[in-house]
Amino acid sequence: METIKEEIKNYQGLNIHFVPNDKFKTVHLVVKFRTPLSRETITKRALLPYVLQQGPNKYPSRKDLQIALDNLYGAVLSIDGGKKGDSHILSFRLEVANEKFIPNESNIIKKAIDLMYEVIFHPNVEGDRFRELIFNREKETLRQKIKSIVDDKMKYANMRLIDEMCEGEAYQTHVSGYEEDLEKLTTKELYQYYQKMLEKDQIDVYVLGDIDVTEMEPIISSYFKRDDYQENDNNAFRDNKFSKKDVKEVVEKQSVQQAKLHIGYRTNIQYQDLNYAALQVFNGILGGFPSSKLFINVREKNSLAYYASSRLESHKGLLLVFSGIAPKDYQKARDIMEEQMIAMKNGNITEDELKETKDLIVNSLLETLDHPQGIIEMLYQQVIADTQLSPDELIKNVKNVTLEEVVEVGKSIEEDTVYLLTNEGGAANE
Amino acid sequence: MNKKEYRHIEETLFHEKLNNGLDVFLLPRPQMSKTYAIFSTNYGSIDRTFVPIGETEEITVPDGIAHFLEHKLFEKKDRDVFADFGKQGASANAYTSFTKTAYLFSATSNIEENVKTLLDFVQDPYFSEQSVEKEKGIIGQEIKMYDDQPDWQSFMGTLKSLFKETPVNIDIAGTVESISEITKDDLYTCYNTFYHPENMTFFIAGNFDPTRMISLIKENQDRKEFAKLEEIKRNYPSEPNEVAEKEFKLKMPVSVAKCTVGIKESFNELAGDAFVKRDLLQDMIITFYFSKSGQFYEQLYQENMIDSSFYFETNLDKNFGYSIIGGNTDDPNQFAEKIKELLLSTNSHVITKEDFERMKRKKIGQLLRSMNSLENIASKFIHYNTVTADYFELIPTIQSLTVEEANKFLKEWVDESRLGVCKILSE
Repeated sequence: METIKEEIKNYQGLNIHFVPNDKFKTVHLVVKFRTPLSRETITKRALLPYVLQQGPNKYPSRKDLQIALDNLYGAVLSIDGGKKGDSHILSFRLEVANEKFIPNESNIIKKAIDLMYEVIFHPNVEGDRFRELIFNREKETLRQKIKSIVDDKMKYANMRLIDEMCEGEAYQTHVSGYEEDLEKLTTKELYQYYQKMLEKDQIDVYVLGDIDVTEMEPIISSYFKRDDYQENDNNAFRDNKFSKKDVKEVVEKQSVQQAKLHIGYRTNIQYQDLNYAALQVFNGILGGFPSSKLFINVREKNSLAYYASSRLESHKGLLLVFSGIAPKDYQKARDIMEEQMIAMKNGNITEDELKETKDLIVNSLLETLDHPQGIIEMLYQQVIADTQLSPDELIKNVKNVTLEEVVEVGKSIEEDTVYLLTNEGGAANE
Repeated sequence: MNKKEYRHIEETLFHEKLNNGLDVFLLPRPQMSKTYAIFSTNYGSIDRTFVPIGETEEITVPDGIAHFLEHKLFEKKDRDVFADFGKQGASANAYTSFTKTAYLFSATSNIEENVKTLLDFVQDPYFSEQSVEKEKGIIGQEIKMYDDQPDWQSFMGTLKSLFKETPVNIDIAGTVESISEITKDDLYTCYNTFYHPENMTFFIAGNFDPTRMISLIKENQDRKEFAKLEEIKRNYPSEPNEVAEKEFKLKMPVSVAKCTVGIKESFNELAGDAFVKRDLLQDMIITFYFSKSGQFYEQLYQENMIDSSFYFETNLDKNFGYSIIGGNTDDPNQFAEKIKELLLSTNSHVITKEDFERMKRKKIGQLLRSMNSLENIASKFIHYNTVTADYFELIPTIQSLTVEEANKFLKEWVDESRLGVCKILSE
């Protein structure tokens, strides 16, 4: 049985994905804008969600917009930005009750699509710019957000590891933008950029829920279309800059109680590659779960940390290892963490570990498919990787991974950067 | 086994009350990959004074014992139950609230094995003096962690200002002192009284066959013996209308002060229709004023009195109810006065038919959204079932609410004597 159905229609300038599914009582409309990551555009793209969420021209304040959403049976609108590999994606998401569960209503979904269309294509502007008052207030909101990153030490350490590891690469770009760029930005420039984004970005529209595709298709396609769109070559999204170097060590000091030790590895394997499933299993055995090597050895056996885990950046080919430790335990923790990687590479893996990890990965993929946003994000991976790999194939591939394949992917994994955030007097080997 | 169809939301619920008194509910959702099961007892932190099973004298047990018991139930003589679930591909968890203690798992395979594990571990306690002593250190750390969290302190501080007698003014986990008094025998006394099947509910939702599942559960339960249970005699103190303290202040190392205003919504036992109507109106009205479409939100935003930390919440349980409005602020006095002034002004407001129609729509949509999640369905169903109400019938009830009922509610919603304030100030 096919777990998730997806029908893709390629219209002029954009792709519409229909995902008919009777698991949910709501309908989800997600519109994704994709462009190559770059410092030049990131601050603008970070600010846009804040400004646009204050309401389009038709509903020109947060209150007016919210009243329109409330009238649509409490529809929920959100706009967010994020990076996947070397791409930046701005997502508009709308969740609305399926009208089939509401007596005497047959127009809610269409009205919701209309509202989404207004928010995206008819923003609240005066002439050639967003309204000054809204622009300034939201600029301040983003400034606060950028400033507060340093308060969340785990997030900060992640960001700093990528800064050091991917220096000079597009992937280094901070998704929240840069304070100095924000300072200089004017409302006119922001609006100009937004127009360009609507025109040039790759657009994918997802419609998910208990819907009739033949009924929905003409409605969606009447709203979402563009003329004169020149398709991007998918290579435009790839930044191949990366120079091989010796392992880089960075120690940073702040007044912290707990030190953060984050280690970055290059896997040289990405989502679209044949051995990606084996890499997922490799990561799972190393640090994906509470039964993994990192958790067992760093936490359970040596009581060095409350958390110790690893995760993949699938579209960039990175494997990142994290742990929160006492500053004095740096060298010991680092040794144990690196030993786990060496053990993996040497094939020190039992059949039980392999089986349990594969079961856990399959379990978590299946649970993701019980969430509407989870399904859409999983399907969108294929767009980013420019490949065709349905959730069912992904699950099948994980189930088929052998021990030999896991050991084989280990050969292409290389340590790149060790980043430590610690307190004064905390760096043992400096 | 009874079958009930809710056509308006396309759900079918199976129910059976077993011979030992256990209420079992099964909600098949074959489209889902996963199954979620919860085994819940009608016993929480406020059940501190009661007559133990088979006895006649009322006792009062140390604060925090329901939560302590929850921790200890996972530990058996030879093993930790979390690992059992892990080997069977499930993730397990538990929680204790003011009125409930619940044990749960979710999984996409080995569902029957996991159901047996859940039933068996909850119904097979193993408490020893030694493990009780060991746990005091761990829970002591948990309590200290909460002591450092300003948002939790702000929440508890508001409840302390609102309630004088009802034990919602005591932390669910108790205090380091109160848990130090807990003994193995206390745990068995509470366990034997409140973990009787008569006082418990089992709810399972997801991808399984209901006929097979109910026979598995029955077979499991028929093998076990339980003492006869008459009605549990719990003693809840009576609560005055007015708040305990107008203002509760606490100093903590925070960079910005926090202020909350609480409304004492309910202080009597409610059930059935009366409960549901109050529950819905209380939520719809506070949302009407303080959500982003609300006139109070707009006013506070324009006067620059709130930032993104602003929030409101509301809760109604069998014998207490509260609403809380709060956030970070540079001037807690001004914040509290402004919120109180806005709340007091509602006595003379009249909600229009058009506004009420929108409020109903929003609430209906929110309920449908929340029914996407099996976790949420299970815990909400049990919550309403305890007060003899039906979660799956809420939507028709909302549709039948009238603007007259809403305005009647609004007239009496706020009274100065039922408003309390909590301020968390920097040291």
